Amino acid sequence: MKVGVVVFPGSNCDRDMFHVLTDVFHLDAQYYWHDKELPKNIDAVILPGGFSYGDRLRAGVIAAHSPIIKDVQKMAEKGIPILGVCNGFQILVESGLLPGVLLKNDSLNFMCEWTDLIVENNTTPFTNQFKLNDKIPIPIANGEGKYYADDDTLKKLKKKNQIVFRYGDVVNGSSNRIAGVCNEDGNVVGMMPHPERAVESEINPIDNKPSSLIFESLLVKMGIKN
Amino acid sequence: MASFNVHVTIENKPGISDPEGETILNDLVLRDIHKTVSKIKTAKMLKFTIKEKDKKTAQSKVQKICDEVRIYNPMVSKITIDVFDA
Repeated sequence: MKVGVVVFPGSNCDRDMFHVLTDVFHLDAQYYWHDKELPKNIDAVILPGGFSYGDRLRAGVIAAHSPIIKDVQKMAEKGIPILGVCNGFQILVESGLLPGVLLKNDSLNFMCEWTDLIVENNTTPFTNQFKLNDKIPIPIANGEGKYYADDDTLKKLKKKNQIVFRYGDVVNGSSNRIAGVCNEDGNVVGMMPHPERAVESEINPIDNKPSSLIFESLLVKMGIKN
Repeated sequence: MASFNVHVTIENKPGISDPEGETILNDLVLRDIHKTVSKIKTAKMLKFTIKEKDKKTAQSKVQKICDEVRIYNPMVSKITIDVFDA
């Protein structure tokens, strides 16, 4: 199974993601620079966190015009699992692959802290190993992480089961405490917190198992693990 | 063809919170003696210089660019376009 890690100018969580995919979960991962094409035989795509283009204009908006995004869109249509983490989530939203928008946190601060996520949808390729309402201790690290969608979009998200994660508490002013959403088909998932920083016990002071299930879900979806 | 300066102001739509503007109002302006100020909204301005045949074309061209490349996110933001002779 081949996983593509897309790298933009200013990505800075790509190596952490690559390390987790290869060293922790023993997957065949490859970096793909944003102005190149994705190979046709890829099985999953991850857009890691960082500050693509220095967050200029708006976090994620410039990277959303990178040539590789056309390939990501094609793969999304084919049903291939795609995960966007933090800036990757912002890029997926700005490219129209996911609904809503990410605004500056209510505090106006860059927030770097541990949060609790609640699993709201356990049918996606990244959440199929969870039970509904499972709790995931996981760090956030963002300045523009407040998820916003208008009332009609929020109703639709709820109706189509597109809310994947909520924060356990009010963290940054996100609409309905939303921390992650998926597309209507469920194969494209975006989340603000960083699972790649939480799957190893050495750097997770609380519990690394729940975050590991995000990657194990992908392994199960791909038929690598039962 | 003439040269025009086109100013695009991007601001939050009504109903979308603007914590930066509120902080500037409450913690800076109203802290002093300027009690007549009731609202401050932050915005971002982009200044284009463009060559087009007239002001109207310059305005519509910049509007088209802003829509096409998502200079603003229409779910939360709106733009105002002002055109000046360069």
